[in-house]
Amino acid sequence: MGFLDALLRPRQPTSRAIAKERLQLVLVHDRVQLSPQTLQDLKDELIETISRYVDIDRDAVEISLSQNRRESRLVADIPLTRAKRGRSER
Amino acid sequence: MPGRVITITSGKGGVGKTTTTANIAVGLALLGQRVVAVDTDIGLRNLDLVLGLDNRIVYDLVDVVEGRCRLRQAIVKDRHLPELALLPAAQTRDKSAVTAAQMCALCGELRQEFDYIMLDSPAGIESGFHNALAPADQVVIVTTPDVSAVRDADRAIGFIEANEKGPARLVVNRIKPEMVRRGEMLTIEDVLELLAIDLVGIVPEDESVVVSTNRGSPAALDRKSQAGQAFRNIAKRLHGEEVPFMAIKPSETLLGRLVRLVR
Repeated sequence: MGFLDALLRPRQPTSRAIAKERLQLVLVHDRVQLSPQTLQDLKDELIETISRYVDIDRDAVEISLSQNRRESRLVADIPLTRAKRGRSER
Repeated sequence: MPGRVITITSGKGGVGKTTTTANIAVGLALLGQRVVAVDTDIGLRNLDLVLGLDNRIVYDLVDVVEGRCRLRQAIVKDRHLPELALLPAAQTRDKSAVTAAQMCALCGELRQEFDYIMLDSPAGIESGFHNALAPADQVVIVTTPDVSAVRDADRAIGFIEANEKGPARLVVNRIKPEMVRRGEMLTIEDVLELLAIDLVGIVPEDESVVVSTNRGSPAALDRKSQAGQAFRNIAKRLHGEEVPFMAIKPSETLLGRLVRLVR
């Protein structure tokens, strides 16, 4: 059984793969000098601001940094919920 | 035609900047180019030692900048390779002894006398690094396949691009093919993908580099050294030649080969 276990168990990621993944994450933040905490603050403020104008699904908001070659981009995906009826009349 | 200034830098210390500068300088000199290697690491002079010219220094870069001697008096010529010369760093001063404008003026003079001016930058991203960057026509970044070296290289590349000195070209130093094969070291492709700049050379980990540095005779002069070959190839690429990247194979022991056959 031990033998079968060894065969079936998923292989541990190599230290190379771990190094690459860790670097990918850290370089994204280094390049824009935006720590994960600052990014979270930005997200919270953005949600506050946007929800003053439209109804959004707060839990589904995604703010992330993306890279293309050495260009960084802040990507925001903000799903809107159906507008509350009569809101504009109030 | 005025000479080209090539700055070798890395972010992190200890990845082989000085060794790379010395060996590319030798490689360019072997191509018949007039080359001066300039040690800009003021206070931490080392390029002279790697080139084996340490016992012939009279004046240094700061003496020239401060007008205590003429440029020609400070330049040390290599006796074995007449195309190669060294402008040593001062050992008793610090980075604040020279400004970026002075470094640009100095390189302006050197451009008249040499085809290539190789600036060995200090480690870090402080003033010494910026001084070495200011006169550069081409920047070469040296890294090793380690997380901290790659991270620091990325910071240096960021500064190079912000100062409009890019695109920098990358040397990946001290690759250990056996560790790469086992998946225990970042590959060349990984490093290139992470840093997103162009490759100019791959240098394998090679004991002959230690030996030649001990002797003060750079590996690029050693026809049998794999790293020496890699450095000569980098010199050719920087000189504009197309040279294919050599396949780096682990130097296998008999035991290692047997183990691999059995597996």
